[in-house]
Amino acid sequence: MSSVASVVSIAGLSKVFGKGDVTALQGIDLQVGRGEFVSLIGPSGCGKSTLLRIVGDITEPTEGDVTVNGKSARRARLDRDYGIVFQAPVLYDWRTVAKNIALPLEMLGWDRAKRAERVKDMVELVELNGFEKHHPWQLSGGMQQRVSIARALSFSPALLLMDEPFGALDEMTRERLNLELLRIWAETGSTVIFVTHSISEAVFLSTRVVVMSPRPGRIAGVVSVDLPQPRTASTREEPRFFELVTQVRELLHATGADEVEEPLAAESEIV
Amino acid sequence: MPARVGKHVATFLLVLGSLWALWEGYKWLWETTGWTWPFAVDDLTVPHLHSIVLQLGEPTSTGDDLWLYLLHAALFTAKSAAVGFAIGAVVGFVLGVVLAQFDVLRRGVMPYVVASQTIPILALAPILVRGLGSVSINGSPPADWVRVSVIAAYLTFFPVTVNTLRGLRSADPWARELMHSYAARSWTILWKLEVPSALPYIFTALKIAATASVVGAIIGEQTASISNGLGGAILNFNQYYVLEPTNLWATNMYAALLGISFFLLVLLAEKVVVHRAPEHLV
Repeated sequence: MSSVASVVSIAGLSKVFGKGDVTALQGIDLQVGRGEFVSLIGPSGCGKSTLLRIVGDITEPTEGDVTVNGKSARRARLDRDYGIVFQAPVLYDWRTVAKNIALPLEMLGWDRAKRAERVKDMVELVELNGFEKHHPWQLSGGMQQRVSIARALSFSPALLLMDEPFGALDEMTRERLNLELLRIWAETGSTVIFVTHSISEAVFLSTRVVVMSPRPGRIAGVVSVDLPQPRTASTREEPRFFELVTQVRELLHATGADEVEEPLAAESEIV
Repeated sequence: MPARVGKHVATFLLVLGSLWALWEGYKWLWETTGWTWPFAVDDLTVPHLHSIVLQLGEPTSTGDDLWLYLLHAALFTAKSAAVGFAIGAVVGFVLGVVLAQFDVLRRGVMPYVVASQTIPILALAPILVRGLGSVSINGSPPADWVRVSVIAAYLTFFPVTVNTLRGLRSADPWARELMHSYAARSWTILWKLEVPSALPYIFTALKIAATASVVGAIIGEQTASISNGLGGAILNFNQYYVLEPTNLWATNMYAALLGISFFLLVLLAEKVVVHRAPEHLV
């Protein structure tokens, strides 16, 4: 993949927190091409969220180069080249659903009519018709995260950064939103970098899965996911799906990260 | 909705009735037993509630009945208190916003803001009121009620400043990062994130300030020897308390009702302005 076609290009990146005490990331090289869906997976402490935040210019790298759309990460942020979705929906609860989705559009100085039109499209995209006037606290967790996705996509950024967006949701809602996200990804043609600690979620969603190892955070391996598109609920039952899940799991185990996905299983039992 | 209103009215009447029973029961018990602790009870110290209400229909030395005389006084005080409240709220908010932007300024100025509230208002009010009397606006000193409103503002701004400062900092860190991802200017962050996050805090301060502004106006009137308001009425009826204790009690009732009205107006404004999740309402 040539760097011209890359939406995100990372070379020789490292990140040290504090006065050299904690090396969060070391020697990261990664290219993400246009239209790709790349998942970052790894145990806690592998720096996957930090890597995402560096791409978004929320955190600065200690060493190395990051370019987004051929520009510096900072320039790309100032140009509003990406939309971001956090672990929590981070909705402004004094705003209605429609006003939350319109927030970035207000920043970009869109006029009222244009904003209303786009909000309508976005509400349809995430299937929240009829909830435009609701306030966030009147919605379920899954619906809130859909609003958050609509907000991130509202200004059609070329790149979507997602930091464990479905981590706090129950298994059923998560699987439904996975399908919805794939549909949106196909419809919008955007590039996605997706942080998760669920192996099956990573394999199901991605075109490539980047497996990371902890202390210091490094890329342990990359698995290309050759499952056919569009993926459906039955994709999860195909033998190839299980082979790929196993491949990712073995890579993860080789990093000494046995705790991956077990905490999640415990969580979904509580839910 | 009507059922809810009915419930509110019932609760209100129940509490009112209980307070009345408590007052009259206390009076009756102390009078019949002759207890003198903590103080002796008779019609002078604890008049019947109904005689306070009946007193409202009696004429005063001005010729007006007491209820009308007190209404005029209350309106005069309300004017100074409302203007003082508005000035105090705006000054308090702006000061809070400015101090929140510059940490150095906050550390430098905050001690003086605190000090301003530790000086007893009784010591400061005469200075403020007299000082303002020597100020000339268009050739004449400011009207009495304007001078009084400055005292009210003085008592109002402090809680607003403190809570604005606290509220502006209460914005969710992720919400700040979201703003950062939009490359938002600090002015935009202030108006679209920090101020909305601070509103529940600010309204808590405004509720405190609403009643404080009424107290401030009354004290301001007394120290400035302005007799048109409730402050003047209190001083006046205080002198004749032994003859007509119910006059002073009735005045206190008006002052309390004025404070409650101010509080309720702020509460109403809060309902209209603040749309937050239940857990974010202070």
